Amino acid sequence: MTANLNDKPLLSARNLGKHYGQRLGCRDVSFDLYEGEVLAVVGESGSGKSTLLSLLATELAPTAGRVDYRMRDGETRNLFDLSEAERRFLLRTDWGFVRQDARDGLRMGVSAGGNVGERLMAVGGRHYGRIRDTASDWLNRVEIGPERIDDLPKSFSGGMRQRLQIARNLVTHPRLVFMDEPTSSLDVSVQARLLDLIRGLVTELGLAVIIVTHDLAVARLLSHRIMVMRQGRVIETGLTDQVLDDPREAYTQLLVSSVLAA
Amino acid sequence: MTHNLVTLEGVSKAFTLHLRDGLKISVVDNVSFSVAPGECVVLGGPSGAGKSSILKMVYGNYRCDHGRILVRDGDEFVDVATAEPRRILALRGSVMGYVSQFLRVIPRVSALDIVAGAATDSGVGRAEAWARAERLLTLLNVPERLWSLPPATFSGGEQQRVNIARGLAADRPVLLLDEPTASLDAANRAVVVRLIEEKKRAGAAIIGIFHDEDVRDLVADRIVDVTEFAASKAA
Repeated sequence: MTANLNDKPLLSARNLGKHYGQRLGCRDVSFDLYEGEVLAVVGESGSGKSTLLSLLATELAPTAGRVDYRMRDGETRNLFDLSEAERRFLLRTDWGFVRQDARDGLRMGVSAGGNVGERLMAVGGRHYGRIRDTASDWLNRVEIGPERIDDLPKSFSGGMRQRLQIARNLVTHPRLVFMDEPTSSLDVSVQARLLDLIRGLVTELGLAVIIVTHDLAVARLLSHRIMVMRQGRVIETGLTDQVLDDPREAYTQLLVSSVLAA
Repeated sequence: MTHNLVTLEGVSKAFTLHLRDGLKISVVDNVSFSVAPGECVVLGGPSGAGKSSILKMVYGNYRCDHGRILVRDGDEFVDVATAEPRRILALRGSVMGYVSQFLRVIPRVSALDIVAGAATDSGVGRAEAWARAERLLTLLNVPERLWSLPPATFSGGEQQRVNIARGLAADRPVLLLDEPTASLDAANRAVVVRLIEEKKRAGAAIIGIFHDEDVRDLVADRIVDVTEFAASKAA
């Protein structure tokens, strides 16, 4: 990461919280994210990490707090003040969202090339040949052979589907990508290849990423910073290798010591 | 003081083990020393005295409970003990290098690209970076037939030498060496000594831990005895 230390955050969450009725999703979450920075949110099921991701991606409305985002035109806006049209435009252009289950992130009845090309058409691409060329180029970058461009994702393995999701999300050159357990449904050998691919693309494109994972090895490999969540709150945060090698909180120490060394 | 590249002032470190009923283990207390450009300070003391913990605090890998760790970045002094993560990452990117005996293997990247990549990441031009990588791998006796392969399948010794080459390929004004020569044979130890001398002549400030007395005596300008900073058990 080549940090310009004088720049302003891309995204700032302040006192963000969500209650489902009486039940707590997450509360008092505050952090800044800068361009090119990869933030891992770790914790067990029910820690509030998925709720937080949904809030940040504006899929859920918060019950407290705000999220300021620096738009491409340089203006900073509270995400929850955007109109529906503005929000959709952001989702289609400046953001990506890689889901745990590729079926939630892909259109399973549309060809691989179509899945990638669709995002381009959504940002105004009209020329069929150029769209197909760009789609083909992106399939190549995620290591899907050109002969598969007209195949349906249904015929793809789990690892290929995840790589197709990544191509679909990155083709519009987003600045911020959300990832929800992108590798956890895959076999270990397939995970390593996908992580390696994600790592390379994130560095090359200078992406800001917020990745939710329960897997500390994934966090160590991909992220610069880590946020540990428990019972809806952020309990520890810092440089990734610092939090993992010198955890301060009891719960973080438990998480780190629970990883089986291979 | 102002010309020192690294200054530790009153640095203390303890671990609180919550999984052992909050047992508190004090590691070091009131560590103070500084390192000038071109100087190699070797941390001395028995195993467990906290040498490695001091190095890891300077790198920002371990937290520092008390005191200041000032690292010079251009005209600025950054206190690693309190700096934001992104500031520490920026220091690691251009100012501080850390060389241990262990290589964290990156899948599918060749040995040559790993070493050259460390140089380009720090701003060295591409041609120069690859030339340096080839020189370092040659000096460290990594066989040329291995250069184009990812080191995952290399022997432990070969991986270690790739790691040293990577750690020394960049131009970093501050180098932290955590037993880089452990388990190297005499010939390769001599190469590492020569490379450390080169870095010193180029003006790097070096803090090192060396198990081998011969290496230590050759590279050290000063030995800081870490047992002087032993934490009182009552702390």
